[in-house]
Amino acid sequence: MGRVVVDVMPKPEILDPQGKAVAGALPRLGFTGFTSVRQGKRFELEVDGDVTPEVLAAAREAAERVLSNPIIEDVVSVVDAASLDTVASA
Amino acid sequence: MSESQQALTGARIGVITFPGTLDDRDAARAVRLAGGQAVSLWHADADLKDVDAVVLPGGFSYGDYLRAGAISRFAPVMDALVDAAKGGLPVLGICNGFQILTEAHLLPGSMIKNEHLAFLCKEQDLIVENVDTAWTRDFTAGQTISIPLKNQDGQFVADERTLDELEGEGRVVFRYAGTNPNGSRRGIAGISNAAGNVVGLMPHPEHAVEAGFGTDAAAGPRAGTDGLAFFTSVLGTLVTA
Repeated sequence: MGRVVVDVMPKPEILDPQGKAVAGALPRLGFTGFTSVRQGKRFELEVDGDVTPEVLAAAREAAERVLSNPIIEDVVSVVDAASLDTVASA
Repeated sequence: MSESQQALTGARIGVITFPGTLDDRDAARAVRLAGGQAVSLWHADADLKDVDAVVLPGGFSYGDYLRAGAISRFAPVMDALVDAAKGGLPVLGICNGFQILTEAHLLPGSMIKNEHLAFLCKEQDLIVENVDTAWTRDFTAGQTISIPLKNQDGQFVADERTLDELEGEGRVVFRYAGTNPNGSRRGIAGISNAAGNVVGLMPHPEHAVEAGFGTDAAAGPRAGTDGLAFFTSVLGTLVTA
């Protein structure tokens, strides 16, 4: 079973009220080193079988058309989860 | 009932219900109080039942999951609605309905969480800036009206070029009067498409249509019925069309 991970973030020029609220809470808990927080979304799309180039292309299209709204958000990445695991264990 | 009002009876205004829609019955009631006939439309039917205009009411369709209005936009009824709206059918999107219209690209911009993250529920003064749309012809330009505002994702955003275009073309239909309640760009509360048949706004006209159940007004508590003119406007538009 394959998995595609899609990351979507609010556009840099769009104020992110949720991230701002989190940034305000961190210093109260003693985390004083973080100057800003932005909150985005991570989607995990599972398929039967491997993550083929076709699966990635379909995931990319879904990310652009449905999972994000280009007016307020950017699709940051669409990747095979297996490649992320390699990076994490490296 | 005046003669002109009688002539309006019979106009059929569709009200779409999505899973999670909350204000469809209030919208249907507003249509009836204005003298029209309310027709229930279901999100899963690709059929507009030959209605003369459509209201997309407020609520939390699909729980606002993904983004407000994002999943509803792909409902079967929306394909028929987008085609009809492009052909000139009057369409009003209220709150979640406005969010659905932006997701469907019938109106520009988008809505994000209110600036101070609070769910707002209050009576809100608006200035009516455009009285040439299908839904605002019974107002006077510059008129201040009061109708309820209740939402979490009500902050209207668009890029500067789009905002300039909206203002330049007179497509800012409503602006918040006084303090901007949610951080909306340029205080915009509602906009229209270029043709003026599609209008969307965050506040709720359908909740201020009957004395005794409206907003607080000079005439008395809950006596305000400023929302009714949205619905009489479209009925008038249909008669003269």
